[in-house]
Amino acid sequence: MTGTTGTALGAPAERREGRQKVTGAARYAAEYTLPGRAHAWPVPAAIAHGRVTSVDTSAALALPGVLAVLTPGDAPRLAEPEDHTLALLQNPKVPHRGWCVALAVADTLETARAAARAVRVHYAPEPHDVTLVPGHPDAYEPEEAGGQPGRLEQGDPAAAYAAAEVRLDVTYRVPPLHNHPMEPHASTAHWDGDRLTVYTSSQGGSTVRSVLAGMFELPEDHVTAVTEHVGGGFGSKGTPRPDVVLAALAARRTGRPVTVAYPRRHLPTTVGHRAPTVQRLRLGARPDGRLTALLHEVTTHTSRVREFVEQAALPSRVMYATPALLSTHRVTALDVPSPSWMRAPGEAPGMYALESAMDELADALGIDPVELRLRNEPDREPGSGKPFSSRSLVACLREGARRFDWDGRDPRPGTRREGPWLTGTGVAAATYPAAAQPSAAAARALPDGTFTIRINATDIGTGARTVLAQIAADTLGAPLDRVRVEIGHSDLPYAWLAGGSMGTASWGWPVHDACAELASRLAAHPGPLPAEGIETRADTTGKADADSPYAKHAFGAHFAEVAVDTVTGELRVRRLLGVYAAGRILNARTARSQFTGAMVMGLGMALTEHSTLDPAFGDFPEADLASYHVPVHADVPDIEAHWIEEDDPHLNPMGSKGIGEIGIVGTAAALGNAVHHATGIRFRELPLTPDRILAGLLSEG
Amino acid sequence: MTSASHHSEVTLRVNGKPHTLRVDNRRVLLDLLREDLDLTGSKKGCDHGQCGACTVLADGRRVNSCLLLAVTLDGSEITTVEGLGGDGEEPHPLQRAFLDRDAFQCGYCTPGQLCSAVGLLAEAAAGHPSHVTDPAAPSGRPVPLDRTEIRERMSGNLCRCGAYPRIVGAIEDVIE
Ligand code: FES
Ligand code: FES
Repeated sequence: MTGTTGTALGAPAERREGRQKVTGAARYAAEYTLPGRAHAWPVPAAIAHGRVTSVDTSAALALPGVLAVLTPGDAPRLAEPEDHTLALLQNPKVPHRGWCVALAVADTLETARAAARAVRVHYAPEPHDVTLVPGHPDAYEPEEAGGQPGRLEQGDPAAAYAAAEVRLDVTYRVPPLHNHPMEPHASTAHWDGDRLTVYTSSQGGSTVRSVLAGMFELPEDHVTAVTEHVGGGFGSKGTPRPDVVLAALAARRTGRPVTVAYPRRHLPTTVGHRAPTVQRLRLGARPDGRLTALLHEVTTHTSRVREFVEQAALPSRVMYATPALLSTHRVTALDVPSPSWMRAPGEAPGMYALESAMDELADALGIDPVELRLRNEPDREPGSGKPFSSRSLVACLREGARRFDWDGRDPRPGTRREGPWLTGTGVAAATYPAAAQPSAAAARALPDGTFTIRINATDIGTGARTVLAQIAADTLGAPLDRVRVEIGHSDLPYAWLAGGSMGTASWGWPVHDACAELASRLAAHPGPLPAEGIETRADTTGKADADSPYAKHAFGAHFAEVAVDTVTGELRVRRLLGVYAAGRILNARTARSQFTGAMVMGLGMALTEHSTLDPAFGDFPEADLASYHVPVHADVPDIEAHWIEEDDPHLNPMGSKGIGEIGIVGTAAALGNAVHHATGIRFRELPLTPDRILAGLLSEG
Repeated sequence: MTSASHHSEVTLRVNGKPHTLRVDNRRVLLDLLREDLDLTGSKKGCDHGQCGACTVLADGRRVNSCLLLAVTLDGSEITTVEGLGGDGEEPHPLQRAFLDRDAFQCGYCTPGQLCSAVGLLAEAAAGHPSHVTDPAAPSGRPVPLDRTEIRERMSGNLCRCGAYPRIVGAIEDVIE
């Protein structure tokens, strides 16, 4: 292990902002009650495709307390952003239902809401198409999916599959899914001359600043983005979303501080969603279970505003040894709201399909599903040919099997009855890339023996302040309580966003480097420190993003036990256990919360979360939390998360891999596989709601 | 239309302090707390009674403050997360238990979970049954709270960070 000498790393240190959060003192973006602050309420487009022909604002402006209504015709002009979902109120085009077509600004929330409702928008609608079908005439193969080539082909997959002794050809479906962080997207913006300050609910303040500076044509140092507390994001706050642009526009127009706090029902069309996928899996194998062909073909949609590809075929390039591999994406641009990242984009739906198919193969071959995975363990990353920096999938499967009491499991499906209940168990593997991005940090030693770490990291609930303090204390050899951490403000050194499971690795790296240099400066410093202390800075550009000869991924194994009510079709999760190998775990307490929290989201993906695109209206009918069911207390059993420590010198100075996403990755497949084990029925479309299960039970007799 | 006809005067006590306010008749308790009193601990997750983030105690009972028009609450005693600990420096035992158990991540649902749990404890003590309470249990007697009871009774409080198992653990901690 390089450089980390102290004892703070790995300790279950309590969250630094915990006290503020449990007492209600922590302020989120909409809670900056600046003097004179006004509220704005967006007006969503009521057609799925076409143009706004006119906006009648007279009734809205007549309401007492209304300050302005911004429309596509009169909103302040913006420089064209790279992300076209942010080009708001700049032209009359309506690319999808829910697109913002006007913004009402008023003294109070109630008046802003009433004003938005009073705005009359006239449209010239055009025909729309929001229905994803394989073989769509507009489908194309994207050049890139998640930063990787959209297509990868090795060997002769079609021939290898045709020649395989055992063949499996199955199609799995995942519906659109919504991130729904508990804090709806919100921003408060305030102009002081040509200086813009935003308090925004974002996973990365440095990007907010640079995007706003570009769009409003300001020098970067004229924009301040404050992201002190963020109520979850799960990808949907990864880059700036419409709230921050609209707040800045409204504040500029009215000369007042303005808050845009998105109503919950607007989020599905506004902030991104997990794009639906139809995934065809073809597995060819020998009777001993060794794969001879793996073909993973993903069909998905994007919007007409920008291309986003749910990179669901990527995990097939990582998981299993096979002489013939096909991993492709086909995407169709439809008149749908723009999809975006949702926790483990690609891996979550892709591994649901792949790991379900592996279970089917195990079943067809009569091989234990844990054993089948062990037999297909690759020496090198199949897609790239690179050696793994570390890969402990086998250890995760073995440890999970031991803890779950997997050995001796009766493989026969549909045989365990408890009254009306059928029970079963399932397993699935998980994987997620481990990477880091360039960031900068400053470390300062003060004469009183304390230290200050400064970096524009964001805490969306991961415990960033806490773990960065641990990294600093460890590197400095200082007690944890001597280290202060400042994050969540764009005046701090530039940092990568909290996303892609890269936050801690990206931020911890320059924190470590700055602290290591500070420690050696201090060691060489004679006598007391100057009043302002000594500061060091580190920037990992060129280091964190350097090409690596290694394939770097975290791995994990999920085990689940379910009970299925044969009378009602109800599915209950009895046990959920995950074992992860993600390098060095830096804070046992907050890591466990991330692992188990992601497993809860995986449980939701498997059991309750269901969105659809209405072909007539063109948006999601399941727009609120009453119709889109995220798991509640009663759905969630006790969940176990364990980990295997890896000593991987190829990652970063902490030896850590990201942990925010892998917990969701294999959960849905493990649950689906357990449902098959319980009932003998293979459901290939999520979620596993009672209506579907009951229909399956009835048709199987 | 004149705004006078759309406003009413209301007096309520919040965390022990009396407040008399002229409020927009459309204003809900949640917005009164957040906008008028700058008590932003109570969170807005949905504004529609679907998430529980706005849960506070009104006369000791847990309520979704986004669903209550402020003008209907004249004379009520409201307790928010800011008032759970009383006047002292020490947090409420449940707040302490949430910290000990790491029963949150982003913290946005947390004030609602806390207020809801305080309300739950009182309801169970007063003998209110839930969907999972044994129908044969004697009515009016305190309902023992096992994990199943706690889960059932807390199911109006969503946590997208998925802290549920630890929230249940924290509530158990204060029962013991
Ligand atoms: S904000 Fe009141 S229940 Fe969601
Ligand atoms: S702690 Fe984030 S929603 Fe519960």
